[in-house]
Order: sequence, then C-alpha cells, then structure tokens
Amino acid sequence: MLTLNNVEVIYNDVILVLKGMSMEVPEGKIVGLLGSNGAGKSTTLKAISGLLKPEDGEVTDGSIEFMGQEIHHMDAADIVRLGIFQVMEGRRVFEHLTTEENLIAGGYTRREMNLKPDLEMVYHYFPRLKERRHQIAGYLSGGEQQMLAIGRALMAKPKLMMLDEPSLGLAPLLVMEIFEIIQRINKEQGTTILLVEQNANLTLAVADYAYIMENGRIVLEGKPEDLRENADVREFYLGLTEVGQRKSYRDVKHYKRRKRWLS
Amino acid sequence: MDLFIQLTLTGLTNGAILALAALGFVLIYKSSDVINFAQGEFLLVGAYVIFAMIAQVGLHWTIGMVLTLLIAVLLGVLVERLVLRPLIGEPIISVIMVTIGLSSLLRAIVSTIWGNQPKSFPPFIPSQPINILGATVGADRLWALVIAAVMLVLFNFFFTRSREGIAMRAVADDQQAALSMGISVKKIFAWAWSIAAATAAIGGALVANIVGVGPELAGFGLRVFPVVILGGLDSIPGAIVGGIIIGLLEAYTGGYIGQGLNQVLPFIVLIIILMIRPYGLFGQEIIERV
Ligand SMILES: Nc1ncnc2c1ncn2[C@@H]1O[C@H](COP(=O)(O)OP(=O)(O)OP(=O)(O)O)[C@@H](O)[C@H]1O
Ligand SMILES: [Mg+2]
Repeated sequence: MLTLNNVEVIYNDVILVLKGMSMEVPEGKIVGLLGSNGAGKSTTLKAISGLLKPEDGEVTDGSIEFMGQEIHHMDAADIVRLGIFQVMEGRRVFEHLTTEENLIAGGYTRREMNLKPDLEMVYHYFPRLKERRHQIAGYLSGGEQQMLAIGRALMAKPKLMMLDEPSLGLAPLLVMEIFEIIQRINKEQGTTILLVEQNANLTLAVADYAYIMENGRIVLEGKPEDLRENADVREFYLGLTEVGQRKSYRDVKHYKRRKRWLS
Repeated sequence: MDLFIQLTLTGLTNGAILALAALGFVLIYKSSDVINFAQGEFLLVGAYVIFAMIAQVGLHWTIGMVLTLLIAVLLGVLVERLVLRPLIGEPIISVIMVTIGLSSLLRAIVSTIWGNQPKSFPPFIPSQPINILGATVGADRLWALVIAAVMLVLFNFFFTRSREGIAMRAVADDQQAALSMGISVKKIFAWAWSIAAATAAIGGALVANIVGVGPELAGFGLRVFPVVILGGLDSIPGAIVGGIIIGLLEAYTGGYIGQGLNQVLPFIVLIIILMIRPYGLFGQEIIERV
C-alpha cells in the first residue's frame, strides 16, 4: 500500500536527517516503527504526509508511493484526500475548540455534509469523548486529548492512519487501553496503521511487522516474534540482557554494540 | 427620556457598524496573527463603492449592496494573495508595516478617484422618521442596526456550525495540525481576508447611507482599534460587545456631556479596562496545562 524507497530528507537545505529510508506498509496491517530519540521517526511520517514544508524540510531523493501513486511532491491537503492521515506527536488538539468541533475539523475533507454518523462512530470507540463533547479541548486530560487526536483521524476515514507516539506521557493503563482501541480500529474499520513508538514492548505486541530505525535509516526489520528474539532488540529496546536481567550501562560490550548500531 | 432613547439607538447603530468592521479585524488576527491596520480603509472603500454604484451609476441599492460585497471579497483575496502571502514567515513587524502602507495606499486610491470633498447622496435605505417610545429615529438607523445584527448572528453561526468556520478557528489555534487534517491554510487566509473586507464594506455602506461619504469616514474606521482592544484582539463576541460599548459610550458622552469629549472617553474607559483585564474583555488567555 505504502512504499518508501531510499528516501532522503534535508531540513533547512543543510541538515540531512533521513539517509536512505526504505520501508513498506501492506494494506490492512499494523506496522510498527521503533527508534530512539532523534532517529527520524517523526520526520519519516511528515515526509509521507507532506507536512515537512512548514518546517522547511524537503524530500531530496528517493520516492514515496501510495497505492501506486507517487506522493512525495504533493500538497498535504491532497495527501489527506488520498486517504493518509497523520496523528501528530504531542496530540496537537485545537485547544480553544470544543471536543466536537475538533472532531468536525478532523472530518474537514469528507464529501458528506452530515458527519453525525461519524461522530457517533468516534464516540463508540471513545465514550469518554462523548461525555466531554462540549468541553474546551485545552482542558481535557492528556489521555482524553490523545483519544481526541485519534478520533479526529477516524473522522477523516483514512485508508492509512499514522500515529506518532500515541503513548507519550500517558499512564501505562491508559496506554494499554489506547493500543487496544487502535487494534480494534484496524480490525473493525479495516484501517491500515503505521505506528511510531518508543514503547517497543507494546508495539511488538500489537504489530504485524516492525521496523527499527537509527540515525535516519532502517537498521532492522522483521516479525515481532523474531525481533523479540534478537539480542540487540532485547537489550536496547526491551531493556533486557541475555539472561533476562536489567542492563548495566557500564557494560563494555554494550557500548561496543551500541556503536556498531549507530555507525 | 426621549434623548436617552435617541442616544441609545444612535449608539447601538454606530456600535453595530463598528462591530462589523471589528469582526473582520479579529478574523484576520485570529487566523493569521496579522494586525490589519488597513481594516478601517476597507470600510472607507466599501462606503465609496456603494456611493459610486448608487449615486453615480444609478443602480438599485440591493444590487449595489451585492456588487459592493463582491468587490470587497475580491479586494480581500487580492490583498492576501499579492501583499500578505509573500510575507509568510517574515517578522511580524514587517507584516504590520505592510498593512500600514496598505492603509495609506487605499486612502490615496479613494481620494484620487473620488476627491476629498464630502459628498452626500440621498440615503438609499428608506429613512422616514419612526417613533419609538417617544423618541424619533430615522428608519435607516434601524435598518442599519437590523442588518448589522443579522450579519453578526450569521457569522456566529458560521464560526460555530459550519465546517469552514470551524476550520478557520482551527487554523488560528494550530496551523500545522490543521494542515495535517487537510485544511488548506492558504485557502483559510484568503477566506479570512475576504470576509474581513466584506464585513467592513457592509459597515461602510451602512455609514455612507446615514452620513454620506467623505474623508472623515477613515476616522470612523480608526475606531475599530479601541473596539478590538477593548473586546480582545482574538475574540469574536468581544468585537461585538466592544463595538456596542464604544458606540454607546460615544453617544452618551456626546449627548450629555458635550461633543469633543466623546472622542476621548472611549479611550479612557479602554485604558481602565485593560488595567483590569490585559487580554481585553473576552481575549483568549493562553491555556496552560501541566
Ligand atoms: N524542523 C527541523 N529542522 C531541523 N532539524 C530537525 C527538524 N525537525 C527534526 N530535526 C532533526 O531531525 C532529527 C530527527 O528528528 P525526528 O523528530 O524525526 O526524530 P524522532 O525519531 O521523531 O525523535 P523523537 O522520538 O524524539 O520524537 C533530529 O536530529 C532533529 O534534531
Ligand atoms: Mg518524534
């Protein structure tokens, strides 16, 4: 469905952030994209959704294809109309709008005049949003704001929903709840999901396939069950050492392996 | 008592017209953070265009009004396209300087075409005197009040119910997030400028109907600033309430205390209110969560 081929992204004409990024998202699946801070995960999503422009970033090489169509030169608004919707990092709700107005803004590109059934669909997944439908979004709790951000995406009825760190800053229980709902959306609505996360454990639990990126490119990919067995993943992303103990930062081996990853 | 009702109606009418012009200002500020110093000149242009349509071309006032609206929308789109879009990303001070320049330019164009003499023309909206609770008021003032009120209600509806209006407020809150849901920020800016020019032009047409056209209309337009500062730069209800407060204050001071002072008092009130509420009466405070 979505294919990235050797994508290169440069910010401000000089800062090279994506250095030959390639990945694939098959239709109907949940694909995880893991990586540490600054690896280029958000940049990857913005390159796909056309949101680099306001940040003075640009795809300078490679190609991004969505359902057989090259999209890396298209406007963000047209990309949304094609069926790709990015839920941005940090929730980014419209603070001075009510919950329901936020949802209506999410459905901006829909052709239907009447969005009532879609609002009901969102409230079905997130009953808490229904209770707070007339409340100003800026005063919702962090978890409710994340639900609203996902709800906004649902309103657009996208074919591909890209979520940028939905677990950011949320309590573990709430993260579980949100991941469950993401899985339900994938199954019930048939929405393909590209899930960017730092929480490797949960991501590997829900994804059908996962990529790990470091320093602007993919360094490892595979089925979650295989990745779980990989020693590096266990150590750097799941926080486990070979024998299942917590890692030690003084471990020289650790340092060497880390270096190999970053080079 | 008669005088009181008379002054109240005068104040309400002026206030409603000011509110219309102020609404456009707020819209531009809200969606694009630009302080439009040419908002008063949009009102001036509206007044002269309707004058040209009705007194010079001889059209019926309803047609004149529609044409004036169209021209105003076109003017708004042009200004956004040619003057402001190239400035996206420039420091806010350059944008402010440009709108100040634009205001002088519009004023110069108007005086080149129509000269500097005040011109009166037969009021196009029926103006027979009407008796209300013992006070006599021109029907045109009542019409102006009704038209302005209807416009304000329509706008409120637009901003809270229509997808386009909600999108406009969304852009005001977070441009990149709005972009991520397919809302074209460029299109929203164009909308904001054309609606701003259109509301100001309607205000201008209503003023022209009551007092005729002349350069002093620009002075009327200037009063948009106390209105928006009073109401809160980014508040639509603030523009309406601010307009009515300033309109009433001016009418009462002019009627009870004396002409001249009515130009000063609104500013005194303004300063007092700002000392109590720095964001204006309805200005949005920044929402901070921890
Ligand atoms: N607008 C920008 N201008 C310049 N450099 C940027 C810009 N945005 C991101 N970068 C740089 O690109 C690199 C990757 O950033 P990105 O936000 O894609 O990382 P990330 O993987 O999403 O990290 P995190 O997990 O912390 O969100 C970082 O080094 C960052 O400093
Ligand atoms: Mg990120």
